[in-house]
Amino acid sequence: MRRSAPTRRSAPKKLGFYLLLILAAAYCLGPFLWQAVTSVKPSTELTSLPPILPTNATGTHYVSVFEGHPFLRIIANSFVVASCTTVLSLLVGSLAAFALAKLGIRRKGLILAFILSASMFPPIATVSPLYIIIRALGLRDTLAALVMTYTTFSLPLTIWVLTNFFRNIPDELYLASSVDGCTPFQSFYKVILPLSAPGLFATAILVFIFSWNEFLFALTFTSTVASRTIPVGIALFPGLHEIPWGEIAAASVVVTIPLVALVFVFQKRIVEGLTAGAVKG
Amino acid sequence: MTSPTVPRNSITGETRYAGTGTLGPGRGGRFGEKSLFLVPALFVLSAVTIYPILYVLWLSLHRRLLIFDISKFVSFQNYGFLLADERYWNALRNTVYFTGVSVALELVLGMSIALLLNGAFRGKGLMRSIILVPWAIPTVVSAKMWEWLYNPDFGLLNYLLGVKINWLGSPFWALNAAVFMDVWKTTPFVAILLTAGLQNIPQELYHAARVDGASGWQAFHRVTLPLLKPVILVVLIFRTLDAFRVFDAIYVLTGGGPANSTETLSIYAYKVLFQTLQFGYGSTIALTVFLFVGVITVFYVRLLRRGME
Repeated sequence: MRRSAPTRRSAPKKLGFYLLLILAAAYCLGPFLWQAVTSVKPSTELTSLPPILPTNATGTHYVSVFEGHPFLRIIANSFVVASCTTVLSLLVGSLAAFALAKLGIRRKGLILAFILSASMFPPIATVSPLYIIIRALGLRDTLAALVMTYTTFSLPLTIWVLTNFFRNIPDELYLASSVDGCTPFQSFYKVILPLSAPGLFATAILVFIFSWNEFLFALTFTSTVASRTIPVGIALFPGLHEIPWGEIAAASVVVTIPLVALVFVFQKRIVEGLTAGAVKG
Repeated sequence: MTSPTVPRNSITGETRYAGTGTLGPGRGGRFGEKSLFLVPALFVLSAVTIYPILYVLWLSLHRRLLIFDISKFVSFQNYGFLLADERYWNALRNTVYFTGVSVALELVLGMSIALLLNGAFRGKGLMRSIILVPWAIPTVVSAKMWEWLYNPDFGLLNYLLGVKINWLGSPFWALNAAVFMDVWKTTPFVAILLTAGLQNIPQELYHAARVDGASGWQAFHRVTLPLLKPVILVVLIFRTLDAFRVFDAIYVLTGGGPANSTETLSIYAYKVLFQTLQFGYGSTIALTVFLFVGVITVFYVRLLRRGME
């Protein structure tokens, strides 16, 4: 048991501490690193262990992922869906969060409770009616269907995180702007929005990652490559006779690198967003 | 759901009153202008929650086969079928096992990592990034990664452990293999939230405990755990609900097999809905998932409320 004070530690204790850290890091990164190693192994070496590391690394799996499959199209689909969802969700969510944080809305508790309970909804319970609606609207197998669904499902998180961020902006600033004659909407986009850029950004990352990774609705609403997103593409990765582990590994690495980059660059923002959103339950 | 009228950030422990009394009702424009900000959000949210759940309820009272355009009102016949459906009870057992074991393991592992990260040390930011990696990787991708790790012939896991276990092929191991994967994927979330909670425990309390002669374990048991309780409960709510709804991980890892040994409620409902296209019975199963989730939520919220009083 370690207490948190950064007091002087004895050398063996320090060693033990760093060993534990390395262990934790290996646990978290191990599976991904193994996938990266697999992706550069020649096909012959995939079916033998040892060697753990490839004797001569190859890029053929990466080439065939892009040549043999509409993989680029799938990545583009995911990118479009995740970006549109992020923008829409912030647009609608920030308005609601502003009203909840700064405008003395009546029955605020009830409204928040409703928004929060919406985030509890099991997707499986809503997927069949949504499928019927989307079919009726003629939106099956379109990116629009995914954007609509993802936007609504990321709204509770968006509203909750942003309400917390907006609350931290001093009321004086907001009041001053309304004394100066701003309508609530003007003070919203002239005062509140610019001041909460970090919060908006944190929320945007969370929503982007959520939409990039979503599987159930993407699987149900899409049927062709026209609207297939990355998770579905990977799950249904075509193999002729046997599972093409090398190509799957290469594809996994390609779609995971952007996320790993996000995590390393914006670690602080993500943690802020996660902890601010954690009260949404 | 409770009504969090005084929103309390259970991570930072702050109670925030700022912003509650800014513009009381009656100020700031004509009646209704303020609610305009909320209307779009509330409208879309109702469209994907209240409306679908009523629709699911309606569907569950029908025999509806999408391909043949059959739709017939059968009242509670589907529910009667559910009670006698051994496959449903099997899925429920699997779901409960999966949820219970994975949430418990995640909590223990997440707490260990949180305690490890709690002090000040060089490379802490880097370490937090590393820990977030499993969280950020799409579930489908991590399921594929683990499927490869679990491969009985060429998998790294068997090689490192020096065993020859058919992880995903044996009914006993498959569900546990799914649990391990889920634990790997979601422990970071637990660890990050618990770390944030730990940072809000005043250091003086630990000093005082040490002066009083408390051991490390006693300090953890008597100081850390009680003060961390609200955060732990919030983490438990999230994780329990997520685990109970599990779909992606198992769908990709095992597809519910072998011999339905990893079939959870969501997987079963999905198969009935979209593989056999029985929208009536599938909706009945899906609705029970919704009801279970509702009961779990109420249970936790009660606990949380009691803890705060």
